[in-house]
Amino acid sequence: MAVPAITQTTQYLTFRLEDEVFALDISKVREVLDFTTVTKVPRTPDFMRGVINLRGSVVPVVDMRLKFGMTMTQKTVNTCVIIAEISLDNEKIVLGALADSVQEVLDLEPSQIEPPPRIGVRLKTEFIMGMGKQGDQFIIILDVDKVFSTDELSMVSGIKDAAHGV
Amino acid sequence: MDNVLGQVRHTFIAEARELLQEIENALLALEARPQDNESINTLFRAVHTIKGSSGIVGMETVERFTHLVENLLSIVRDGRIRVTNRIIELLLESRDHIALLVELAAEEREADKDVLARGAHLGDRLNAFFASGPEGAMVSESASKKTDDTAAQGRLASTDAWHLSIRFGPDTFRSGMDPASFLTYLTRLGDITSLVTLFDLMPAFREMDPESCYLGFEIDLKSDFDKKTLEDVFEFVREDSIIRILPPHSRLESYIELINDLPEDAELLGEILLKGGALSQTELDDALRLQSAESAMADSERGEAAQPIGRILINEGMVPDVLVDAALEKQTQTRVHKSRESGTVRISAMKLDALVNLVGELVISSANVNQHTRRLKDNGLFEAASNMQRLVEDVRDTAMKLRMVPIGETFSRFNRTVRDISSGSDKEIGLVITGAETELDKLVVEKINDPLMHLVRNAADHGIEGRAERNAVGKPVKGSICLNACYDAGSVVITVSDDGRGLDREKIKEKAVSLGLIEADKTLSDGDIYKLIFEPGFSTAQEVTKLSGRGVGMDVVRRNIDSLRGTVGVDSVSGKGTTVSIRLPLTLAIIDGFMVHVAGSSYVIPLEMVTECVDLPDSERNADKRRGYINLRGEALPYIRLTSFFDCAETPGYSGARESIVIVRHAGRLIGLVVDVLEGEMQAVIKSLGSVYRDVRGISGATIMGDGTVALIVDVPAIVQTVEEEIKTVGSAQRT
Repeated sequence: MAVPAITQTTQYLTFRLEDEVFALDISKVREVLDFTTVTKVPRTPDFMRGVINLRGSVVPVVDMRLKFGMTMTQKTVNTCVIIAEISLDNEKIVLGALADSVQEVLDLEPSQIEPPPRIGVRLKTEFIMGMGKQGDQFIIILDVDKVFSTDELSMVSGIKDAAHGV
Repeated sequence: MDNVLGQVRHTFIAEARELLQEIENALLALEARPQDNESINTLFRAVHTIKGSSGIVGMETVERFTHLVENLLSIVRDGRIRVTNRIIELLLESRDHIALLVELAAEEREADKDVLARGAHLGDRLNAFFASGPEGAMVSESASKKTDDTAAQGRLASTDAWHLSIRFGPDTFRSGMDPASFLTYLTRLGDITSLVTLFDLMPAFREMDPESCYLGFEIDLKSDFDKKTLEDVFEFVREDSIIRILPPHSRLESYIELINDLPEDAELLGEILLKGGALSQTELDDALRLQSAESAMADSERGEAAQPIGRILINEGMVPDVLVDAALEKQTQTRVHKSRESGTVRISAMKLDALVNLVGELVISSANVNQHTRRLKDNGLFEAASNMQRLVEDVRDTAMKLRMVPIGETFSRFNRTVRDISSGSDKEIGLVITGAETELDKLVVEKINDPLMHLVRNAADHGIEGRAERNAVGKPVKGSICLNACYDAGSVVITVSDDGRGLDREKIKEKAVSLGLIEADKTLSDGDIYKLIFEPGFSTAQEVTKLSGRGVGMDVVRRNIDSLRGTVGVDSVSGKGTTVSIRLPLTLAIIDGFMVHVAGSSYVIPLEMVTECVDLPDSERNADKRRGYINLRGEALPYIRLTSFFDCAETPGYSGARESIVIVRHAGRLIGLVVDVLEGEMQAVIKSLGSVYRDVRGISGATIMGDGTVALIVDVPAIVQTVEEEIKTVGSAQRT
């Protein structure tokens, strides 16, 4: 059973959060950077790690582990910032996502992708575009526009704890 | 090709909007001083330019209508009819109609029946004026016929005539001038005995620009006026054109000089002079002999000087390109001309943003270079690097200033608004504008227009009383609305004030209670009550007028200002008037910042707000004995701990070290901000945090420091406001 939204072979960038392998549509990814100094913006949820300087622009960085209910990302030699371009309220914005390590670029045919399971995953099913299969390993393909939708990033102070209730 | 034309249209529309604004201003100025020639000329020029360029981009509706307006203006300019209120009114309506047509064209929509009907109606009215002018168009026609006749006859006259050599500049038509009208005017000053039209400057057909003027005239005129009067005839074209006026009985040399000065062939000119009767055959022969005796040097010089401006422009500026439409060329020329006139260049905002961004990066790299230089301790390198840094800073300052535009233009638009409201009611209202030179970021200026419009309308419609009412309470019959802009501690404050009846506190409260916004028994400060008018759907107006009263306006005002990270406040004295002040940050500008550390992170406080720094007294450092304020030279100074405001854990590392208070001034009050470390002054390029952080309170943006890390810019007004709100909620929670 294939996912209706995915009709052609697409390239995905795979990365690791804890032990899980995730993937993003490569057309959304601008570049991958080493983890640099992040400046925390006060009065924002913990998963919003702060902002970095990307060649003169200020780019927000999201800790995807915290976002998906894991522990905070620790800095290692493999830690990366995936710079993605997403549409937020019809506006293109550039955003960084922390990953424990970036793996590879992968071609997946529609037949290799299954719809997300209803239960058994830690994160909201609406974040998942599908489950890719490579060998006997499953790859969670993220719907990046949904993960970083306005509601999800909502910064109204006071809803700080909602970030953990994923 | 389509794309090129599209761009041309786009340019035209942008230009037309500006010109329409100019027309409106000129009309309003003319209304105040009907004899003001300057305004009439501005009007004429602007209308003429719109007519010309609308023809080029193929907007016939605009062109046809503008033509009628121009007709009326031309008889006004010639002084054939007096400027009356009726004319101003008609011209204002016509201006609006042109604006409508241009906007329709911008949206590529066809004019519907109503618009066409209105255009026709206005056209009839315009024509009515034109026909009823005392002399009408007949005069100029017969006059030009007369000149033609005289020219054709070439009647010989005695030498007691003036000789005028005129070569109109290529831009004459574009400046809204018509050579024929000068000739018409000349006939009033005297009798033209000879007139020869010269078009030798006309280039080959391919190079010819139908909008350029290539005409020259050799005129013999019998007149009793002096040279000054004759020169004044050509005052408007003097700069671009060659005007030579020789009095009667001039010396031969003057004629030679004249021949040399003019671009045409000497023989030809000689013939004209001879034919026109300015010179006799012998005189001409002498003159030519004298001339040929001149050195070759002078000859070549003359050759160069003789190159007409028009041709230089065409040869160098307008490289013929088979792909570029002739229309585009014309448009470019018009633009070149326009920009030279006002000394400005039109640049797309996007290019400007790109430049500002690049400069921002340049600043950061230069700071980086400097850091490394200091490490290397090479004197020559150090000097070079600091030189470069200074230049880079200058570049940055200049680049930043490029985006700043004065608010005055926005303000002056409201002249019309106020005028229309007062003429549509029994009110007499004047608009007073101050601080028009205050500069704001272009984006802010654009976005502030709508809120200001609402405020001005409100002031005129609700604030200012009718004549009778004002008379009854002993106020001057003419009400006034003041628009003011000024800088205040790192922000710009725009106030809209009126001397009207003021806000009705009780009525607002009543309404708020009925809308369920507040409880009836709650006591509120005046400021809080006045703020209620910004609630959605709030209006105390008994009846809805066509201008305001629907209760939508003020809500929009606040939302717009919020989106600019600004604040809005109302102050009102019953019977004396209302003042609405809008405080806007100077976004995107660079700021001088004061860098501090709070809980290990760097923050920048806008330096303009900082008045001084003091140590936090030990008594206040102990968490249990904190009072929340300190004694600053006998005054109580409240302070806010940034660590707690920013929800940072109080860094244990700093527990032993001293803390400081940065004292800032906001809205006339002094407030202390407690920080861990004072770092010093720095210049910060404000970067937006983006839409993701739109709702963050207390941070207005970010800046990138020399080492490439990001520092946040503290939004002092927002912090103060947030803390005040928090205290209020805590206070009311305790009371219940």
